[in-house]
Order: sequence, then structure tokens, then C-alpha cells
Amino acid sequence: MRENNFQSIEIKSKKKKTFYRWVLFLILGIFALYYITPLYVMIVTSFKSMEEIRQGNLLYLPQTLNFESWKVAWHGQGFSAGDVYLKTYFWNSVKLVVPAVIISTLLGAINGYALTKWRFKGDSWIFLLFLFGTFIPYQAILLPMSRTLGAMGISNSIGGLILVHVVYGLCFTTLFCRNYYISISDEIVKAARIDGAGFFKIFFKIMLPISTPILVVTVIWQFTMIWNDFLFGATFTFGEEAPVQVALNNMVLTSTSVKRYNVDMAAAIIAGFPTLIVYILAGKYFIRGLTAGSVKG
Amino acid sequence: MFWLKRNLPRLVIAPSFGVLAWFVYGFILWTIYISFTKSKLLPQYKFWGIDQYFRLWSMDRWHVAVENLFIFTILFLILCIFIGIVLAILLDQKIRAEGFLRTIYLYPMALSFIVTGTAWKWILNPTLGIEKFARDIGFETFTFDWLTTPGMSIYTIVIAGVWQSSGFIMAIFLAGLRSVDDEIIKAAKIDGANLVSIYTKIILPMMRPVFMSAIVILVHLAIKSYDLVIALTAGGPGISSDMPAVFMTQMAFHRSEIGLASASAIMMFLTVSAIVVPYLYSELKREDERK
Amino acid sequence: MKKIIIAILAMSLVPSLSYAGPKAEVLHWWTSGGEAKALKVLKDDFAAKGGEWLDMPVAGGGGDAAMQTLKARIVANDAPAAAQIKGPTIQAYDREGVVAPYNIDAVAKAEGWDKLLSKQVASHMKCDDGKAYCAAPVNIHRIDWFWANKKVLDSNGIKMPTSWAEFNAAADKLQAKGIIPLAHGSQPWQDATVFEAVALGIGGNDFYRKAFVDADVATLSGSTMKKVFDQMRKLKSYTDEGSPGRDWNVATAMVMEGKAAFQLMGDWAKGEFAAAGLKPDVDYYCASTPSDNGYLYNVDSFIFYKVKGSDKVEGQKLLASLMMGKNFQKVFNIYKGSIPARLDVSMDDFDKCAKKSNSDLNTAAKKGGLLPSFAHGMTLELGVKGAIQDVVTEHFNSNMSSDDAVKKLASAVKAAI
Repeated sequence: MRENNFQSIEIKSKKKKTFYRWVLFLILGIFALYYITPLYVMIVTSFKSMEEIRQGNLLYLPQTLNFESWKVAWHGQGFSAGDVYLKTYFWNSVKLVVPAVIISTLLGAINGYALTKWRFKGDSWIFLLFLFGTFIPYQAILLPMSRTLGAMGISNSIGGLILVHVVYGLCFTTLFCRNYYISISDEIVKAARIDGAGFFKIFFKIMLPISTPILVVTVIWQFTMIWNDFLFGATFTFGEEAPVQVALNNMVLTSTSVKRYNVDMAAAIIAGFPTLIVYILAGKYFIRGLTAGSVKG
Repeated sequence: MFWLKRNLPRLVIAPSFGVLAWFVYGFILWTIYISFTKSKLLPQYKFWGIDQYFRLWSMDRWHVAVENLFIFTILFLILCIFIGIVLAILLDQKIRAEGFLRTIYLYPMALSFIVTGTAWKWILNPTLGIEKFARDIGFETFTFDWLTTPGMSIYTIVIAGVWQSSGFIMAIFLAGLRSVDDEIIKAAKIDGANLVSIYTKIILPMMRPVFMSAIVILVHLAIKSYDLVIALTAGGPGISSDMPAVFMTQMAFHRSEIGLASASAIMMFLTVSAIVVPYLYSELKREDERK
Repeated sequence: MKKIIIAILAMSLVPSLSYAGPKAEVLHWWTSGGEAKALKVLKDDFAAKGGEWLDMPVAGGGGDAAMQTLKARIVANDAPAAAQIKGPTIQAYDREGVVAPYNIDAVAKAEGWDKLLSKQVASHMKCDDGKAYCAAPVNIHRIDWFWANKKVLDSNGIKMPTSWAEFNAAADKLQAKGIIPLAHGSQPWQDATVFEAVALGIGGNDFYRKAFVDADVATLSGSTMKKVFDQMRKLKSYTDEGSPGRDWNVATAMVMEGKAAFQLMGDWAKGEFAAAGLKPDVDYYCASTPSDNGYLYNVDSFIFYKVKGSDKVEGQKLLASLMMGKNFQKVFNIYKGSIPARLDVSMDDFDKCAKKSNSDLNTAAKKGGLLPSFAHGMTLELGVKGAIQDVVTEHFNSNMSSDDAVKKLASAVKAAI
């Protein structure tokens, strides 16, 4: 009798368990739909002809795969003026993003290291100042920024734009790296100092090699922010030197002519492609990096 | 030589600090000064007084913008953190397709506002998107027209904003959960605690620093929610979904009211400082004390 | 021998001349379609004269993003040679001291722009209290147009309305048949576009002048203005639920496809009809909105800032001269849907609507109905204009009563001045 009862409880709890499992998957699935729908709509639309877009439903699959809009988005339609395309601008963004990410990440790492392992009076105030810098609304600093760039003689150049991204990225990179380094035991540094290692030697030989998780996070964050920036790109560069988001904006928000939604969507996907790839491929390391850096206060 | 060695950390911070002092705090001071001038089309430096602040607070549109910022920020924070925690806990139950699902939840963060705005504008548009789809498949009375309804359009911005950011918050919390020692959970289970109370009473309280990172990132995104508004509603219908960042940009660059725009920027700074700085400071202090 | 030396000298000079030749950075937001094609005409002309043209397009929001770029450049002391700026903003920039010493004035005087332009257009192009030219006009757009689908109107026995009452009657009839009477994209500037045409029609020319040129608060809050808002409320009921936020050209497409009957929009809408291969009086009708010989104009123009370096100054002069060129004014405006700013361009190659625009303009000028568009920034300071626009769009997109709207209008304008 007793045994039976026990068994039935076990069966019940097993049933209960599979039931919860299903509920779990249902919830996760519903959220997955919410997240994936916009991307699905974009991809499907980019392969449709304009006729199909007008007549059909936005969730239907395209009748034929139409690559024309992708070609137009990348190469343009072939007129020599007023033609909008992404090709040149895409490479501009690459040229901009690589140095800006590297410089801001390195500076953030060394700041975080100095603020946590070589503590001095007022260091938490300095950190607070960095932290507060992340809240500055960028529209408010456009004018003094351009005045400064003008005075430095780098107004309107890729160099100027790199500086802008480094400056405002610094607050974030310092925040990330400081939170990571504070979780690393001070003992390693103390031991190295007793052995006579200096500030930079400890940084490059000891800290940097164990910083991969947080560097991944920082690089991904900075890469996303700089690649997706429109405001600074539109304000501090012009014409042929503009980054890809400006070109995309010129394509999507044009004030005249018939809207070609398929080209718009194809262009949007191309412009978002590098960041998408980074998130898909490096997503795992991203979580790992966050795990390493965010919790152990 | 000794001096150099002693002060090396400070010297290393100095360039970054100098940059910060000029490009963040110097510019804030500049903006404060400009808010006391009559600057219209371009910045002017003749002192005028605090009239811009009176003008600002007498404008209906500014009140709409401030109210919307509060609605948006509160909903955005609550929903992102709630969804983020729920998804993180569910994903942490040793799910088979975890990598796949995680990527799906996380990818919106990779897209820029122009991309996000273009897609969502379409999906939420009553004559093209969800409403049309539902009617096409037979639900003829289905309505979903928040995007074009004054007073409701601000919520569509919340929908798109949560879509873009909640996955990232999920990632942060998932990372937090991963670094919690399994032994703690086991011990609690042996003590007879159920799963819900393990999470609410033991694990979540352990993740204060995670909440701090999440709040910093979300408040930062909310205050700067210029791009999303422009791409989705451009502040409309009418001015019903206006936000302070949109207001400021409009005034400074389109209306030739640079003085007024600076005043609105300062009001934004003050609001952020009043809410965020005490919180950050107390968190830092707590960290220090634990050391 | 002498000739040979001169020839060698000339040859050696030519490449160096083209090297340091005229140079111009041009900021605009015409990024595709007819406008960009038209701009190519100018670009090619410029290159043919040995100039180096640096294009600086920033699209979006009718120039919102471009304004950020422009102001950033001016503040950095690095203004572009020319920028797409119009209306009183030209003189406002001059008052900030970033336009003098008026590099293009000499060209304008030499080419006799005073004779080539009407007084009203010329006055918009002058700085320094009307003493010197500092901007070049490229076109004249008319704002107060009705565009209509011919098939829809004909099959319902409707003629282009000559009064607002007639329009309302026609719209009621169409609505009963399930056709959207008015294709409209409710964005602030589009709401203001409709509003100013209604104000011109219902209030008349003097009313419009007092309200939107003089910004007279009594007129803005008077009983006539209430009637204008009443009509706006009516128009709102003639639009469909997808209207808020819709782009203007999407609304135009609704008229083309016969989903909607009318659209109220400036004549750049014609470019959309033309691009789709449609013709006036065959596929669509164009007519001015009901008014007493009124004509709301928008003159697109380029301002020429103070720049450093003789190559840039030369670039400005060349650009100004080309913009006012007969050929450019013709080709550009055929693409753009507008009419030339220059008076001596033959209208033969233009379509019927453009010809009507041209003759209406002359009539309106004689009868005192030629008025600057406030919605498109041809009159009023930008702050005042924006304040009016806020109230108009807020009223249009809510249940605000006309009484409240005029009260708000008065207080908003007072605060902005």
C-alpha cells in the first residue's frame, strides 16, 4: 500500500514534470516569435517584388526569390548622381570601427586596471564621473563638439569621428573593465609587485592575458554602438566619407520617389549584417564574459 | 623617479580623465551657460538670464515630452528587467536549444534604430501589418492601431524598445545565474524550499550588481531614446509621443531655439542626476564596505 | 616665337588651373528620384567648367538631420560652400555673421538677377538689408494644390471643387461609397500644409497675411481661425486610420491607385505621378485649392556662406551662376514639378499643371494673393512657425475643440516671439 502510494506520487510528479517542461517551452517559444518576427518580415520582404508587397500580406513567403533588391541596395541603380547604395559606405564604416574599437577598449582596460588594482584617493569619485558620462544625451554635445573639432583642425574627417567615438565609448569600456577587474583577486597583483614588477608589466603580462572574457564583451558592445551610430556619423562626416548608417538613412528616409520597401529591407539587413554575425558567432563568449565580470562584486 | 612610480596610476588615468573633463563635463558647463543666453540659430554668448527655463516650462509640448519620458522609462525598465529575468531563469533550466533561443533573444540589440524602426513601423501599421494580417486570415473585427492613436503610440515605442533591449538584459541575468554556486541551490532544496522561493529569496538578492548594470544600461537607453522615437512615430500622431531628446533636437536644429534646447538638456541632466547619482553612489559605497 | 611661348605657357597653366579650380561642397537632402536626377544636371555643368563638386546629401525628415550637419560645420568654422536653406532663415544666418562678405553678389549684379527674378523672389535671396545677393533660387513650388484621381471623380460625377463647401459635399459622397476622400499622411509638416491651404481659402488673402506673415495674435485667435480649425476637423474625418505618420508619397500612391480620391500637397507630388507614367487630365486632375486667387509659394534656394580660400569662393560664384542658368532652371523644374524662379524661361516644355501654376502666379501677384508658405518655412521665424505647427498637428490628431485650439495657438505664438 505504502509502496503503491509512493509510486503514484512518482508517476504524478513525472507527469507534472513533463507538463512543466511543455509550459516552459511554450513560453520560450512565444517569446522567440516576438523576437524573430521583425527579422522574418525583413528577410521575406527583401526577396519580394514591389507588386507582391503591395498585393500580398507581410507575413507570406515570397513566390519567387528575387535578388534584384539586394543588388540595388549594394551597387545602386547605376545613375551617376543621386544614386544611393551601400558599397563604399560599408567600407568607410569598417575603417572607422576598427581603430575606434581598439583604442577605446585598450584605454578602458588600462583605466579599469588602474582604478581597481592601484587604488588611490578619490578613485571611486573618478569612477563615478566616468559612469555618469554614460548618461550624457549626445544631441546636447554636438555643437561644442564640432567647435572643439574645428579648433583641433580635424572637423569633418574620419579622424575626428574616431576621436568622438573613443571619447564617448571610454565611459562604457571603463565601466565594464573596472567591474571585471574588481572581481579578480588583489593577491596576484600584490605578489607580482613584491617580485618587483611595475605597473605596465603587471598589466601586459598578468592582467591582459586573463582579460579575454571582458575584452570580448567590451569589443562587442563598442562594435555595436559605433557600427550602429547615425548621429555622429551624419554630423561629423560628409559625402563619400560617411559611414554606412548614414547611407542607409539616405536610402530609407528619402523624401521623394516611390518607396521600394524590398530594397529598403535588403539594405537594412546588409547594414546590420556585421553586428548580427558578431552576435550570432560570439554570443556564447558574450554571456561567458558577462558571467565573469558582472556578478562577483 | 619614485614620484613617477608612485603616481603612475594617476598619470595613466589622467589623459582619459582630461578627455572626460573636457568632452563631458566641459560641454555640460557650456550647455548650462548657453541655456542662460538668447541663442537662436547659432550659439551666442551674451548673458540673458533664466528666461529660457520659464519658456520651457510654459510649453505644452515639453510637458507632454516629460510625461512620456516617465511613462516610457518606467515601463521600459520594468518590462525589460521582468522579461529578462524570466527568460534567463527559464533558459537556465538546462534547455536543449539554449544556444539557438539565446541568439534569437539577443540579436535585436545588434540592429540599428533605422533598421528596427523601419521593420516595426511596418508591423504596427494598421493598414499594412498585424491588423491587416489578422483580418486577412478571418478575424475581421481585429484592431490593433496603437501606432496611429494619440495617447497609445507611446506604448508602441515601449514594445519596440523592449524588443530591442530585453534580450540583452536576459544575457546579463543569465550570466549572473551562471555564476551562482549550484551548491547553494542544492542546499536550499534539501531544506525544503521550493523553486520559486529559492529564486526570489536567495538567488535574485545575490544579484544586486547585475541589477545595477541592468539599470545603468536601461536608463542610459531610455534617456537617449531619440532614434527609436524618430524611426517609429517621429513624435506623432501630432505631438503625442514626443520625448525630451526629440524635443531638444527639434528645438536646437530645426527651430533655431538653441537657448531653449540647452535649457531642456539641462533639465534632463538634472533629472538623471537626481535619480541615478544617489543610487550609483550608494552601490559603490556598499561595494567598498564589502571589500 | 612669341605665339609659341604663349601657347606653351597656356598649356602649362591649364592643368594647374584645373587643379586649383573652383571647388564646392553642397549640402542638400535631395537623395533620390527626380530631384537627384535634376541635381545631376547641375553637377555635370559644374564639372564641365572644371569645378570639383563635393556632394553632401543627408536625407531624412525634410532636412532635420541635415540641419545638425550644417550647424556643426558652421560652429566648427568650416561652413560648406552652399546649403539648401530658404525663406527668412537666410537672413537669420546673415544676422549671425556667417554669410558676409556675400561672395556671389558680384555674379548676381553682373548677370542682372534683379531683372531675371520677380521682386518678391529676389527679396528672399538678399542679405544685408536687401543690398546684396547671398542666395540663389532654383524653383517656385506652389503648395495649395488638389490632386485627384480622374477615374474616381468622373465615375462619381464629381468635379474639382471650387469652394470648401463643394469639397465637403464631394467628400461625403465618396465616403458613402467607401472611397477614402482625402489621402493624407498626418505628419506635422503635412498637417501644416493642409492647414495653410484651408486658412487661405476660408480666411482669404489678408487674413493669411495677418496671421502668418505678421503673426498677429488677434487674428490667430479670432473667429475666422476657429472656422479654419472646424474645417480641419472635418478633413480629419475624411482621412483613413492609417494616416498618422504616413509619408506623403505613400498618400500620393493611394490617389494613383484609386484607393483615395484627393490629396492636398505641393506640386512635388506631380513628380510621383510622372514617375508612374501618369498624365494630367488623362489619369489625374490638378487644381488649386479653393481660394480667392491665392497662391502659396515655396522657393527652394541655396545660401552661400562665408568660406576661406579662393578656390572655394570661385566655386561659389560658378555654382550661383549655373543655378540661375536658363538650361538648369528648365531641366531641373521639369523633373521637380515646380516652375522656374527665373522669369525668362519658356514654359513650352512644361506640362499643363506647371503652365497653370505659372499663369496663376501672375494673376495672384496682381491681386495681392501671392503669399509665402508658412508650413514650408518661407515666412515667420522658425520658432514661431514650429509653435503654430505644434498646435495644428496636436489639434488634428486629437479631439481638441476649435476654441481650445485658437487659445493654444495664441499662447504658443506669444511664448515663441
